Amino acid sequence: MQSIEEIFDALDGELEGHGPIAMKDMVEKEGKNVVGTYCVFTPYEVIRAAAAVPVTLCSTSNDTIDEAEKDLPRNLCPLIKSSYGFAITDKCPYFHFADIIVGETTCDGKKKMYEYLDEVTPVHVMQLPQSSEREADFEFWKNEVVLLKERLEEKFETKITEERLEAEIKIKNEERNTLKEFYELAKLNPSPIYGTEIFKVLNRSNYTFDKEIANERTKAITEEVLAKYNQGEKRISAEAPRILVTGCPMGAATLKVIEAIENNGGSVVCLENCTGLKPNEDTVDQDKNPIDAIAEKYLNTPCSCMSPNDNRVELINRLVEEYQVDGVVDMILQACHTYNVETKRIKDELKESNTPYINIETDYSESDKGQLATRLTAFLEML
Amino acid sequence: MYYIGIDIGSVGCKGVLFKDQIVDKQLLPTGWNPQKSGEQTLNYLLEANNLKAKDIKGVVATGYGRVSQQFADKTVTEITCHGKGGYYLNNKIRTIIDIGGQDSKVISLNDDGDVIDFVMNDKCAAGTGKFLEMTINSLEEQIDNLDNLIKDDKKAKISSMCAVFAESEIISLLADGVSKSEIAGGIIDSIINRINILLSKITFQEDVLFTGGLAQSEVIKNQLSKKLQTKVFSYSNSQFAGAIGAALISKNKY
Repeated sequence: MQSIEEIFDALDGELEGHGPIAMKDMVEKEGKNVVGTYCVFTPYEVIRAAAAVPVTLCSTSNDTIDEAEKDLPRNLCPLIKSSYGFAITDKCPYFHFADIIVGETTCDGKKKMYEYLDEVTPVHVMQLPQSSEREADFEFWKNEVVLLKERLEEKFETKITEERLEAEIKIKNEERNTLKEFYELAKLNPSPIYGTEIFKVLNRSNYTFDKEIANERTKAITEEVLAKYNQGEKRISAEAPRILVTGCPMGAATLKVIEAIENNGGSVVCLENCTGLKPNEDTVDQDKNPIDAIAEKYLNTPCSCMSPNDNRVELINRLVEEYQVDGVVDMILQACHTYNVETKRIKDELKESNTPYINIETDYSESDKGQLATRLTAFLEML
Repeated sequence: MYYIGIDIGSVGCKGVLFKDQIVDKQLLPTGWNPQKSGEQTLNYLLEANNLKAKDIKGVVATGYGRVSQQFADKTVTEITCHGKGGYYLNNKIRTIIDIGGQDSKVISLNDDGDVIDFVMNDKCAAGTGKFLEMTINSLEEQIDNLDNLIKDDKKAKISSMCAVFAESEIISLLADGVSKSEIAGGIIDSIINRINILLSKITFQEDVLFTGGLAQSEVIKNQLSKKLQTKVFSYSNSQFAGAIGAALISKNKY
């Protein structure tokens, strides 16, 4: 049997049904339609029910930012610039195959960027209400889900039936539950898994388009890791401060934050953000009318673009407890106003439970690696 | 047994030799090679005190150059070291303001001297020694001469936090015939305003200790004190707070 390290290393190799090659095969051999997405507000099941393949588009590398800045202002969130840069340079293999893109009005920068993006590939923008609390918000958003359904039906000349939606809800829920079982391994103390590994497993599942294959792989990892851990393979010290990472979405360039924590003695046990557990904590209610259930689940996404955003505070408080968190790191991408403004609220709320908190502002460049290491190490030393 | 703490900052490399108290200290310019200046500081402390490497039980390195020090048994961030060192200098200290060459920081301590919160300004020169250096140079003056240069309370308004823009603002002020003293007062005011913003992000508690290279200036200390409306402590060893803390951490560990 392989070590825990090897289990995760194996994910760096070629994986069945995973990545750009799998996508290329689906498009060229099976004639599949592809829908590019950016955000966890996008109702995955609706796209699947149109027999299309949803795929998260590249947006986490610094490489395409210079190109994007020819059209976009410098003082803009790196995620927006990176996404746009990938699109105009045709460097994202998934973007390349996308027939249509679904975006949401999660922030001003994004919604304006989509206007330009639409000139490269058609973009369907879902209008998000600014709150999730009122009945009218739900009705508004539900209508947006219906509009998306209609747009996809027209685009792909298909019919999205209730049955298809129900079937897709079941499949996606299964993936959410499977991933949850995996990342909840980090509730063990000490954690059997590093934060970088949690990210990797979530990421591999995301880019494995056949969810049965993805789930089988994730389940095997969970079982093997747990078995090795129970046999005594403890890689992380029981002394290592247990860190919850929250804030903006993470990916390639910003993994530097998780790495800075873990290279300096911390153990990232929970990734609260939308590239972490945020989209997987709640499932879509299988007992309700599918459109209602989908609208409800996605609208309740605890994102800082909502006002108020009590859901996020509740989620973080619960996770701090469940994962026995010693400190919270809030990663803000430069110029992300909503998450940046919300840092004060999160800090104040965490003070109530005496949970140490630090927020760091960063971008996709490597220029602040030293400063990040100093701040995060000092934070760990403080715990 | 002896312990050594070395704090390799962007401008100065500070070393402290510690037994039951501070035995010796040394400050060298860091220069272009932080590794070499760290070694030189260490060797000075050994030679000047007739010690051999075996007499030293532990060496802790801190400061931005800490990672390049091969002689160190351990590296600790300057935040933790300043906290420990500041508390050693005066155990009533609960807030430390450190203005260094390339960053400035405020640190909040609890009654045991442990760091409970901190905020750093490390992305731009605003509020750092570098800001002061650049702007004072445009007056053709040196930082060392600051206390002589500033004659009174008059301060020119310098609105730009950015060192580059502040420089051009100063050139305009000079062209308008504003005195060097007034401009220098304005420069200090700009740095203190920046520090005040950092302070607003932590829970402010007295007493306050001022450390880092800029703590050597009486004028800065007095202006800071006025702004915060509280006594600001500073000691001849203030600049060594990080190195003292590093030596103490070494002593507690080994």
